[in-house]
Amino acid sequence: MSDVFLFLGAFLASAVEMVEALTIVLAVGVTRGWRSPLIGVAAATVALVSIIAALGPALQHLPIDVLRLVVGALLLCFGLQWLRKAILRSSGYKPLHDEEEAFRAERAEAAAAGREERLGMDWYGFTISFKGVLLEGLEVAFIVITFGSTQGRLGLAAAAAGAALVLVAVVGVLVHAPLARVPENTIKFAVGLLLTTFGTFWAAEGAGVSWPGDELALLGLLGFLAALALLLVRLLRRERLVLQTGEA
Amino acid sequence: MRVLRSFALFWWDFIVGDDWRVAAGIACALALTAVLTHQGLSAWWLLPLAVAVLLGRSLQRAARQSA
Repeated sequence: MSDVFLFLGAFLASAVEMVEALTIVLAVGVTRGWRSPLIGVAAATVALVSIIAALGPALQHLPIDVLRLVVGALLLCFGLQWLRKAILRSSGYKPLHDEEEAFRAERAEAAAAGREERLGMDWYGFTISFKGVLLEGLEVAFIVITFGSTQGRLGLAAAAAGAALVLVAVVGVLVHAPLARVPENTIKFAVGLLLTTFGTFWAAEGAGVSWPGDELALLGLLGFLAALALLLVRLLRRERLVLQTGEA
Repeated sequence: MRVLRSFALFWWDFIVGDDWRVAAGIACALALTAVLTHQGLSAWWLLPLAVAVLLGRSLQRAARQSA
């Protein structure tokens, strides 16, 4: 069961980050030509694969309790950030992520930027897509490494990220536009829940806890956190409504 | 020095994010869980409870700030 959650978590997190990276690369490519942005994508991909290949197996040499405590705690903090943002977006305190708006803003910046040739490349096109893919991809790398090493299933987590990369790349090439129809905000909510669930489970195990029902406790935790998150969304929406009514 | 500072700030923002109190609370809850467990007590409930309280308080602060 944890393998299914692990695959799902790594796949969804990777897909949603890659949709954002695709928007950046598309905006730069469409505006300034494809060669330099694509070299940037390739360079960032090599960097990310190297990070996963170096850190993933190295972490697996640590004692399992230490690994689960440290990685679980990091994953829990990281997951709570995703969940917190998702709840603030769902309750209207933070604007929803809009891929078409991001695409328009990136295109405007790419059109306005000057042209500087370095190493035979359009340096703006290269650096923007390199940074975009690297920064979005670092979150993917973090999730793949933490999920994979703690569960001893680095290959599965990397395969999930790889499947998401292929899917987003193929759809991106076919559609040739930002993937605005992907329900990013909902996916981020789900990923936040999964990261927080796994982080809580592993960090507590690392601190010496024996979960009732062993791995089945993951389901209970997921249900508890989902109910909590939905309750918090309702409470915050109500509070916002009260504030707006008071102002009117 | 500036590069080191930027590197540290990047990882701080990456892991801890907007509300450091959440990360500090998680660290305290984990330490308490370890203490209780090593004394032979069942403490599986502590971390989920801490997550619920810390997340709720953090969202409350964020909502107040943006209101």
